[in-house]
This record gives sequence, structure tokens and C-alpha cells, in this order.
Amino acid sequence: MDFLNALVALSNFVLVPGIAYGSQLALGALGVTLIYGILRFSNFAHGDTMAFGTMVTILFTWWFQSLGISAGPLPTALLALPFGILATMALVVGTDRAVFRFYRQQKAKPVVFVMVSLGVMFMMNGLVRFIIGPGDQRFSDGERFIIKARTFKQMTGLDEGLAIKTSQGITVVTAIIVVAVLFWFLNKTRTGKSMRAYSDNEDLALLSGINPERVVMYTWLIVAVLATVAGTLYGLDKSFKPFTYFQLLLPIFAAAIVGGLGSPLGAIAGGFVIAMSEVIITYAWKKVAKYLLPESLEPDGLVQLLSTDYKFAVSFAILIVVLLFKPTGIFKGKAV
Amino acid sequence: MSEPFLIGENMTGGYGKGPDILHNCTIAVNPGEIAVIVGPNGAGKSTAMKAVFGMLTVRSGSVRLAGEDITQLSPQDRVVKGMGFVPQTSNIFASMTVEENLEMGAFIRTDDFSATLEQVYHLFPILRDKRNQAAGELSGGQRQQVAVGRALMTKPKVLMLDEPTAGVSPIVMDELFDRIIEVARTGLPILMVEQNAKQALEIADKGYVLVQGRNAYTGSGQDLLADPDVRKSFLGG
Amino acid sequence: MNQTVKHTLLFAAVGLLLLLEGTSTAFGVFSGSWNSSLTILNMGLISAIMALGVNLQWGFAGLFNVGIMGFTALGGLAVVLIATPATPGAWDAGGQRILLALILGATTIAAAIFVYHRMAGKRARPLAMIAVLVAGFFLYRGVLDPGVEAVESINPALSGNIGGLGLPVLLAWPVGGILAAGVAWIIGKTALGLRSDYLAIATLGIAEIILSVLKNEDWLSRGVKNVVGLPRPLPYEVDLQNDPAFVEQAAAWGFDATTASTLYVKLGYSLLFTAVLLVLLWMAQMALRSPWGRMMRAIRDNEVAANAMGKDVTSRHLQIFILGSAICGIAGAMMTTLDSQLTPGTYNPLRFTFLIWVMVIVGGSGNNFGAVLGGLLVWFLWIKVEPLGIMLMDLLTAGMAEDNGLRVHLLESAAHMRLFTMGLVLLLVLRFSPRGLIPEK
Repeated sequence: MDFLNALVALSNFVLVPGIAYGSQLALGALGVTLIYGILRFSNFAHGDTMAFGTMVTILFTWWFQSLGISAGPLPTALLALPFGILATMALVVGTDRAVFRFYRQQKAKPVVFVMVSLGVMFMMNGLVRFIIGPGDQRFSDGERFIIKARTFKQMTGLDEGLAIKTSQGITVVTAIIVVAVLFWFLNKTRTGKSMRAYSDNEDLALLSGINPERVVMYTWLIVAVLATVAGTLYGLDKSFKPFTYFQLLLPIFAAAIVGGLGSPLGAIAGGFVIAMSEVIITYAWKKVAKYLLPESLEPDGLVQLLSTDYKFAVSFAILIVVLLFKPTGIFKGKAV
Repeated sequence: MSEPFLIGENMTGGYGKGPDILHNCTIAVNPGEIAVIVGPNGAGKSTAMKAVFGMLTVRSGSVRLAGEDITQLSPQDRVVKGMGFVPQTSNIFASMTVEENLEMGAFIRTDDFSATLEQVYHLFPILRDKRNQAAGELSGGQRQQVAVGRALMTKPKVLMLDEPTAGVSPIVMDELFDRIIEVARTGLPILMVEQNAKQALEIADKGYVLVQGRNAYTGSGQDLLADPDVRKSFLGG
Repeated sequence: MNQTVKHTLLFAAVGLLLLLEGTSTAFGVFSGSWNSSLTILNMGLISAIMALGVNLQWGFAGLFNVGIMGFTALGGLAVVLIATPATPGAWDAGGQRILLALILGATTIAAAIFVYHRMAGKRARPLAMIAVLVAGFFLYRGVLDPGVEAVESINPALSGNIGGLGLPVLLAWPVGGILAAGVAWIIGKTALGLRSDYLAIATLGIAEIILSVLKNEDWLSRGVKNVVGLPRPLPYEVDLQNDPAFVEQAAAWGFDATTASTLYVKLGYSLLFTAVLLVLLWMAQMALRSPWGRMMRAIRDNEVAANAMGKDVTSRHLQIFILGSAICGIAGAMMTTLDSQLTPGTYNPLRFTFLIWVMVIVGGSGNNFGAVLGGLLVWFLWIKVEPLGIMLMDLLTAGMAEDNGLRVHLLESAAHMRLFTMGLVLLLVLRFSPRGLIPEK
């Protein structure tokens, strides 16, 4: 019984939040890694692209709510999501035309691209704050829980409850769907294969008649979908605040690099590695230990390795270790 | 003499705005023929082929394909016109499967390319066996077959190979040459740059010996092999 | 027009802007107050020093440092550790334990490195390293936590931290540089020699972490409770106002005592900062012209060739990365001294990292004078974009009713215009004038 209780506590506080957060990071890291694979630079504006997409989704959500449109038990944001994606597509493709294309034609060094993406980040950040303000926004509605802790306790008779939020369920389901479609697209369609070919060997792709501008455009369109979905899921799960999205850059980059920059599979693995480590290291294990250890050994403290304020330090430490020992990441990315 | 199918005539030029590397150099090939460019290191062999393919600035002279002047076209446009080019290095998509490599070769085609795929598999049976394996995991000789196969997928009117046997063992080299002869028998003109001059001239219908970016000797493969000057100056006696 | 004349005119233009700020209220942009003018100048000087440090990294060596905020904050920490008086009893209560814990932590890492270098084996080595690190971590926490608790419980409303050494505050400036240099060494060791993007990401990360340490480690610098009333190198306004000689002198110049004392202190800071700036500028100029500087630029322009010529590119990069970061650390210490307080909550990357980048790019990367000009000019604009934005919004919405929702929203949000404007400026300069106002020679 104690063991079961410990397991439930572990799922409730570590596994479920970790998987949800990992899915969000994985989607974010996929966007970063795709840009890296095709355009060959680390896009610092990615966090703010996510913020922009989420913001548009929120605005549509509010509008729908005011019209009385809802998705029943599901959050209205799901209905607004396509509009957020469309707006983000327009934004990133427009940005590419206005900003990045020039440097592609110049064959600028990657570090110049990074710097330019910084400028783009500034502008998007300003735009988002200008429109929706810098504060916290909550926009989730519908049923809050799939399983409530109390219901779970009644069902199983255990002391520990397991709560699964709707947003967590939606996050995982959506992430699985998006990733499945993305991999189908990359591996089975002509356009997807041409993107992989371009990422693998740019010169040969040109020789094969693959149009780089088309590849780049498709990449941005996909990135817009990934960023908006990732941002909206994160916002539903936690809350939306422009600055938080900027800060997400660090775990997202860490996830992409841990998995191997340029490798989509790696981005997903990296997302979960980072999320799980973050949750495990900042979780206070007292509750789980209470069930597993005999009373005499029960710990006095919280048994928390690091306070949650240092969650970014976890991604950073993992990043540093990977850079030191395996800079190409788990899945052999393109970059050294 | 009638106009050759593909000819780079009196080409003078170099990379970008750099100095001229080619001087009044002429290279040509006809259907069913294997034309080989040989010469000592730094003679401009690969450069001559790249000039024909449009990868460097040709300041004077012209390149014509089936009578059409294509001197001003970009390499990509030349691919559309029917030129297949296999670069010396990074000539495959290493992370993609063999079949995907071949599919990417056929990217510009809008018709059904399964017949061509079948032909390539017929020509290079090993590729059929390994078609779902990542091309980067294959051996050197197999990679070259993927590279040639990829170029064949466009159904080119002329095939250009830049040192296809660089870095492979002599046995694999012989095998590759056999395949190349087989391709040429289908009527496809082949223009090839080779480091292994002797073996290459043996299979060549036409040979170009370049020295310092100029045509030094031109003739059939057998003639060049028999020419005492050619033998002395770089075939090693 | 002669280059030198042009550049002199550019500097004169910044001077003119500051002069107008001090004397005129034209266009509703300038405030017509010398106090405000000197405030802008002082922060401008500090920004110029930061820009100088970043220019060293980017302009000389092409290194992309996105963690300027972290190095600046470390400088601020140095001020607290050097200049504040020690908290009574803190050392005995837990300070020693904390120091011991920090030493233990460092030893653990050193031991892990030792294991890495000395052990062989595909399995054994990583396992041994992990074992050392885990054991070290628990030992570290075991020693540290009681110490931290003891220190933080000492008069938490006022101190609750270990305090500092009580040394003159000016000493904190070089110490800030050393702290920043130490962290830069760690980051540089890890990320240099890899792709250029990685340094950017690693510096972005370390800056966030330095900030979270400053915000959360209350025993160190009181965290978000801030350290206020830091000692300063110049007299306090109140003391000046109570000094009859000073009041008399001020009256002779035609100022009342309050204004005069403020201006006196601010002007004092201006002189101090200018002196530091000039020294650093002189050193940077000497470095640029030295064989070392030429080699740096050669490496920047063609890393492969420099490597082939036997230059150790990575260790040269490490040198310059450390130097540039140290300058940012010094500037950070100066800034905290100017504010007389350390407020970790106010550090944000947009203001402390990316703004500096705009300064370097606008001023002219690769040129030290350009960086200085960029620092002064862009800081002025940064301060003034907000009133301009509000004016613009006011103008745009003039036709709307006072309580129109859109008008209210636009006016409220005008403050965010400056992020947008700074991004736009950065992109425009990168695109149309990538060499900046004073280009590299």
C-alpha cells in the first residue's frame, strides 16, 4: 500500500507534470531544431514567436468567449488555435521576407543571423507587450480536471490522490498528434523529404533542383505551427506572460542541443530529458520518501535537491555537460 | 565535323573574380561516348568540368548543349536542361535512405519516375538490397553508386562525373568503371574527370589531357595511351 | 569631410543633446534640467564602458556574448561584498560553514575533473565522476544549509546576510571585474571552440543563473529584499547642504543649496566615470594596435587560416572573452555604486544585455570610439524614446475621446514601444549600415 501511495505521489507530482512540460519543451525544441537544420542558425526569436502565437490565440479565445462560443469541456483556446497559427505564419514568413532573406542572399555568417534574430526578438517582444501588456493572462476555461485528486482517492482508496489537469491531457494528446503529423510530413511527403535533403546537403539539394526559398518558406510555416501550439499549451497549463516565454528560450535551446541540433527526434528526446530533470531535481521528495522509508529514517527536510527558483540552472547544467562531453548531442546533430 | 552534343569551346575563366585558371580550353562529348579529362595535379581538370557545368565564371568561349548556347545558365538551370552532375565529395544525402536519395534525384521530374528507379536498381543491384538503409552508412564504392544513381534519376541527356573513383580501392574502381561503361552503352554521353589516368583512358572513347588549364593533347583513349609524349610526361613511361 | 572631423562632430552632437537636455524644454522632449542631463550622462558613461567590453569581444574577436547582464550583476555583487560592513555575528554563526561549503563544492568539481583526467574505462569513468559529484553535492548541502539558515536568521528585516568586508567602495570596481572574469573563464572553457551559436546560448544561460542566485541566496546579498544604502565614494547631499562653506560657494554661483549639492555629487560621479572610461579606452586602443590586437582581428576574419598558421584560436578567444567580461563586471560595479543599491529584481536581459548590443552595433563594431559613442547616444535615445512614444500616441489618438478604450490602451502601452524601437534600430543598422556610425578602420 505504501509503495502504491509512493507511486501515485510520484506520478502526481513528478511524472504527470514532467510529461506535460516535456511535451511543451519538445514542441518548442522541434521548432528551434528545424530552423537550425534548414536555415543554419539558432533562432533567438523563437520564445517570442511562441508568445506572439499564444497572444493571438488568447485574443481570439476572449472574443469567442464574449460571443458565447465554447468547446464544451475543452478550453475555448483550442478553437482559437488555428487563428493563432495563421497569424504566426503570416508573421514569421513576413519576417523572413523582410529580414532573413537578405542575409541568406548575402551568405552571411551564422553569428550574424543569430544577431539579426535578436533584433527580431526585440521587435516581437515589444509587439506582444504593446498589444496584450506585460502582465499575466489566464485564458483556460472548460473542465479543469480530467481526474480530481479526491475522486481518485475515492476510487482507489489510497491516501494519495492523483490529479490530471485537462491542460495536461490536452498537451500530451496534441503533442503526439503534432509530432506524428510532422514526422509523417518529413518522411513521407515530397516536400518533407526535400526539406531533409536540403538540411543534409545544401549544395546537392540545389543540384537536384530543390528550390531553397520554397524549403525555407515551408520551414517557417511548420515552425509557426509548432511555436503557436507549444506556446498555447504552455499557457493553458501554466499561464501566459511575455517574459516567461522569453525565459523558455534557455530550456528549449538546451533541449535542442541535448538532442542534437538539427535532429527532430533529438529535439523530442531532449525536451523530455530537460523537463524530467528539472522536475526531479526541484521536486521536494519528502512525500514520496515518507511512504518508502521506515519511520526512523524519515527525512526532516523537504529532500529537495534544488529550490524551484533554480530550475533554469538545471537545463543549463545539462547543457554545459553535453557541450563538454558530446557537443553533437544524443542524436548526432549537425553542429559541433 | 558536326557539332558535338555537349561542348565547352575555347573556355577561359576562373572562380568568381579570381585569376583565370582555364585558358582557351575545349571539352566535348557525344552520345554513346565516354570522354575523360586527365592531367597532372592542378591542371584544372575539375575546373574544366565545373566550367562546363556553370560553376565558374567563363569570361570567353561558350558552352553549348545540343546546339543551344547555355553559357549564361546557372548550374540549377543546366540540370533542368538535362545535365547530370556528380560532385567529387558530399555527393549523397548521408542521413537519407538510398531510395530517398534517388527520389531526390528525380525531384525536378513531374512524371512517374518508377521506371527510371527500376533502371538504376538494375544497373546497381546492390542499391536495391540497401534501399532502406541510410546512404551515409554504405561503403565508399556503394556511396558512389548512390551518387551516380541519383544523377541518373533526372534522366539526364549527359552525365558528368568528377573523379568518381577518388578514394576507393582498385577492385571497387574496376567495378565502378564497368558500371560506367554500362551506362554509356545505353547511349548516354559521359564526361568524366579522372585521377587514375591509365585506367580511365583505357575505357575512354575520347581523352583530353590538360596541362595548366590548356588542352595539351586530345585524341581517342587508345591514341593517347600510345602517344609517347603523353606516356612520358605523365603516364609514367 | 575628413573622418576625424566627422567623428568629432558625432561626439559633439551627443554633447549638444546633453546640453539641450540641461537647458531647454523644446519639443517636450528635453526636460531642461541639469540634474536629468547629468543622470543620463552618468548612465551613458557606464553604458559606454560596457559597450567597450562587448566591442572587445565582438568587434575584435567576433565572439557573441548574450550574458552581459550576468557579468554586470556580478559587478554589483562585488560592491556588496566589498563595501558593506560585515553583519555582526554572521561570520561566527554560519559564515565559516558557508565558506567551508563553498570550498567543498569547488573541491568536488576539482575531484570530478581529476577523475575525468586520470581514470580510464568506458563505464567506470563516468560512474566514478557521477559518484564523486553526487557525494560532493550532498556533503556541500549538508554543510551549507545550516550555515545559510543561521546567517539568514540574523536580523532578517535589516540584514540577514553575511555582509561585506567594509572596504572602500572604489575597491569593489576591480573586484567586480575579477568576479566577472572568473565566471567568463568557466563559460569560455566550455563553450569556446564550438560553434559560435553555443557561446551565445551558454552566456544567455549563465546570465539567468547568476541572476537567480542573486535573487534567491539571501545570505549573500539579501536576494530580492535588496541591499540599499551602499557606501559611496562621494559625500552625501545632506552633508553638503549642512556644510556652510559649500552653501556659501553655491550661493556665489547662483544655486540654492539643494540643487547645488545634487549637481555636485552627480558631477563628481561623471568625473570618476569619465576617468575610468578614458583609462579603459586608452588600454583598448593600445590593445587594438598591438600585435595581439592585430592577431585577434586576423583570427576573426579568417579563423581557418589563423589556425593553420599555428595560432591557438580557442585560447586567444578565451583571453579576450575574459577581458571583455571583466570590463562589463567593472561597469556593473560602477552602476551599483551610482545607484547606491543592489536590486536583483531590476536586472532584465533586454535592458542590460541587448541594449548594450544595440550600442555596439550602432556605434560601430570593431571601433572603440564607436562603442563609446554608441553607449552615450543610444542611452540618450533609450531614455527619450518613451516620452516620444507617448507624444506620438497622443498625436495619433488626438481625435478620440479622452476615455476611448483604444486611446487609453495605446497610451498605456507606449512604454513598450522602446523594445520595439530598439529592435528596429538594431535591424536597420545591421541591414543598411552594418559598420555603424564610426566604422572600423
